[in-house]
Amino acid sequence: MRIGIGLPTSTPGSTGDGLVEFARRAEAGPFTSLGVIDRLVYDSYDPLVALSAAAAVTTRVALCTMIVIGPVRRTAVLAKQAASLDALSGGRLVLGVSIGARRDDYDAAEATWGNRGAQLSAQVARLREIWEDPAIGPAPATPGGPRVLVGGGSGASFLRAARHGDGYVHGGGPPRAFASAADKARAAWVEAGRPGQPALWGQSYFTLTDPAAGEAYMRSYYGFTGGFVERIVAGLLTTPEAIREQIRGYADAGCDELVMLPATSDPAELDRLAEVIG
Amino acid sequence: MKIAVVGAGPAGLYFSLLSKRADPSHEITVYERNPPDATYGWGVVFSEDTLTELRDADYPTYLAFDEALVRWDAIDIRYRDEVRRSYGHGFSAISRARLLAILQRRATELGVDLRFEQEIGDLTDLGDADLVVGADGVRSVVRTAHEKQFGSTFDPLGSRYVWFGTDLVFDVFTFIFRPTEHGLFQVHAYPFDGRTSTFIVETTEAVWRRAGLDEMSEEQSLAFCQGLFADHLGDHRLLSNNSIWRTFDHLRNRSWHHQNMVLMGDAAHTAHFSIGSGTKLAIEDAVALAKAFQAHPGDLPAAFAEYELERQTTVERFQEAATDSARYFEQVSRYLHLDPEQFAFNLLTRSGRITHANLELRDPAVVNRADRHVDGGSARIVTRPPYLAPVQVGDLMLGNRVVAAPVLPDTALEGLPNDDHRDELVAAARDGAGLVVTDPVAVSAHARVTSGSIGCWDGRHAEAWERIAEQVHAEGSRLALRLSHSGRRGAARPRERGVDRPLHEGAWTTLAPSPIAYAPWLPEPAEIDGQRLSDVIEDFVTAARLAAGAGADVIVVDCSDGYLLASFLSPLSNRRSDEYGGDLAGRMRYPLEVVAAVRDVWPGGRPLGVRLVADDRHRHGLTPGDGVAIAQAMAERGVDVFDVTAGLTVGTDAAAGDYRRLYQVALADKVRNEAGVTTIASGRITTLDEVNTVVAAGRADLCVLDPRRYR
Repeated sequence: MRIGIGLPTSTPGSTGDGLVEFARRAEAGPFTSLGVIDRLVYDSYDPLVALSAAAAVTTRVALCTMIVIGPVRRTAVLAKQAASLDALSGGRLVLGVSIGARRDDYDAAEATWGNRGAQLSAQVARLREIWEDPAIGPAPATPGGPRVLVGGGSGASFLRAARHGDGYVHGGGPPRAFASAADKARAAWVEAGRPGQPALWGQSYFTLTDPAAGEAYMRSYYGFTGGFVERIVAGLLTTPEAIREQIRGYADAGCDELVMLPATSDPAELDRLAEVIG
Repeated sequence: MKIAVVGAGPAGLYFSLLSKRADPSHEITVYERNPPDATYGWGVVFSEDTLTELRDADYPTYLAFDEALVRWDAIDIRYRDEVRRSYGHGFSAISRARLLAILQRRATELGVDLRFEQEIGDLTDLGDADLVVGADGVRSVVRTAHEKQFGSTFDPLGSRYVWFGTDLVFDVFTFIFRPTEHGLFQVHAYPFDGRTSTFIVETTEAVWRRAGLDEMSEEQSLAFCQGLFADHLGDHRLLSNNSIWRTFDHLRNRSWHHQNMVLMGDAAHTAHFSIGSGTKLAIEDAVALAKAFQAHPGDLPAAFAEYELERQTTVERFQEAATDSARYFEQVSRYLHLDPEQFAFNLLTRSGRITHANLELRDPAVVNRADRHVDGGSARIVTRPPYLAPVQVGDLMLGNRVVAAPVLPDTALEGLPNDDHRDELVAAARDGAGLVVTDPVAVSAHARVTSGSIGCWDGRHAEAWERIAEQVHAEGSRLALRLSHSGRRGAARPRERGVDRPLHEGAWTTLAPSPIAYAPWLPEPAEIDGQRLSDVIEDFVTAARLAAGAGADVIVVDCSDGYLLASFLSPLSNRRSDEYGGDLAGRMRYPLEVVAAVRDVWPGGRPLGVRLVADDRHRHGLTPGDGVAIAQAMAERGVDVFDVTAGLTVGTDAAAGDYRRLYQVALADKVRNEAGVTTIASGRITTLDEVNTVVAAGRADLCVLDPRRYR
């Protein structure tokens, strides 16, 4: 299993310089990817813009959105941005897409909340069309367009990933939650008649510098989930032992790449994690 | 902390006494609308695991329970005037009245304030409690006051049932199956003290009405049941205690807490009585919640999070098992044709929690008897496990019950299977599958799904298939060609980066019963006309002849996955007004013509199969009942075996499966046992133990095992 690290685009105190420095250190460290998350109505950086900055100071790591909320973006614009980023980075983009969880993001983008699952399926199909059509350039560096991962926890999400994606990206949780989703993603892959097997990506929050700040961020970012936020906070990994156990659990469940998301903006998170995973 | 507990049932009392014991400074008041000696219900059941938890949580209560418990280790199945006893099912029961008395005494002793005959109509009646615990059952006032915040949903589940007592003391847990002129009734009975047993009678809504029970008084229905089971009850009487016929609702709550309120037991979740887990889950909730408060004193959000983390997944698993069990009893009349050994095995594995291997540990004898039945009634000492038992389909004897259906790469040129395809199919045979089924094999160039699909439409294809068939045979397996016309899903690009991506170069006009695109981004198909209907039949016939000559052992006519024949079957894709559309009989007409034409040219003894969409998983689509009717009609035209599938009729991802373990076996089971046909089950079957379980239970005859790389 490969291990990536999150670019802290949503945590308090993130700065442009800080993000770029973070990306540099990730490239130098034992990580295989840089991941970003997405929220429109929040004090956070745009995922594709942030990854573009990261692309400029890296040459090796994959650049992954975990996820972008597809339907709040115009498809042709998203296609052009993704193709541009893939071309700029030499084919390092992995585009995770999902429907997101918040109505206010849709309202702010003047996007339609209803039918968002069907919108996303059509959007992914269209993205691939655009990437192969020279009318809207640039041509992505990845043949056939960037790899697409689909997220979500419903049966429809697993089928969407199987029909239209190159794999499945999980939304986070303990290894048994990932394992359960991975099994479903594989079953849908078989059902949809896809050769090969789905790429399976996971994500997990951690902090090795400041658990209190990490928890405060998670309460703020996930406060909209109501009572569920406490369960998300309970899943925050704060010790090397907990991180190792999580990594082992995800590897056993067949995860291809686990992206560790720092819950603070402190670049020391990256260095401490690098020590843990050695 | 000031704690108000609503409801003095097992969960409320046990949580109260554990919390008071852990911290005597808590002020705990329990409000109960009934008097302390109210005795609704008869006995309740515990598993050994629950008893262990009880022992660890509060030893004095455990000791008092231990004295009052009735234990048994066996289950009796009374079916067709025979009794099958299965051992190894450790359970215990206790009278509900006795259980409550023990908990009341212990709670009072520890200083919990119990207030009986005090109805809480409104949560303001609870004053300024720091914590409010809703342990007041499925109609909980705490839950209903904030139904939206808890996210409550109710799903009706199972059949009609009535809860009696009887002075007949059964020696073990007993199921009785009693067919009548109205339909089937079944009993779940178990002893719970030295004098009395619980006796639950259950039947479907339709049978209940046919028997006139909907119009009977409590006394009349008791007399009816007394008469119905007279030969089992003998001189003993059924006893009534508010014993009216009920229906069961499955309650789920998205969140089990809101503000300072938290739900336990039936207020939080219900699980159908047929797995006997209601009280068990309630007691375990109480233990978990009390522990969470000990770990996070005074921190409600943290305690609630821990409680839910600890309990929700476990409870969901039980609710799923309870749903499967309830569905089993709802549909058990379809199994009355099963031999008693198989019937017993089917019953014992109904909830999905016990597999062939689990049951073998508990009761090797009952498993051995079922295995022997599957193995042709073998009297040999060495019985083959079900997955290795040969099975005859048509005149063909298949060596085992495992089917491999590898998804093949879209690398064929002009439909010709190449080394990639040969290697995958031969590898599947070498892996030991008794039957290897191909991906869709196009019956013409324009019947292909993608530009790289395999096919069988002229002599070159037949030669290639002949070589593959020889190699599959050499590995001791058999080859089935899945003859297919892609219909409106045709003219697609190879599936490497996704399905249903239209071809740009070399595309052809796709055909469908009606001009409706499979997905919004795909071109509209042409409505297939009379001439082309005949041409396609001719293509299937040619392909069948070529397959026969090539030495294929089975052909499977593809009526699945939204391809041409499936789109005739489904009302979602067939809007024709001619004789090939309209009602189910009309929509079946063309697929039946194809099947009949293929049967005519396919050698008599060789099995003909159909891969059948038996459920569109869509509100306006084919239902499982339609699937049964289609299978019956096709079987009458000489189809020997059905590979039963669901979904993919339309391009919308909302018509998805849930992708749980064995998620389509229930459908294959329904088709097999209601249409009386041989079936192949598929859908996340990943272990040989699962194959053993499905086959031994008579839910399917063969199973498609997922490719090894997915297991």
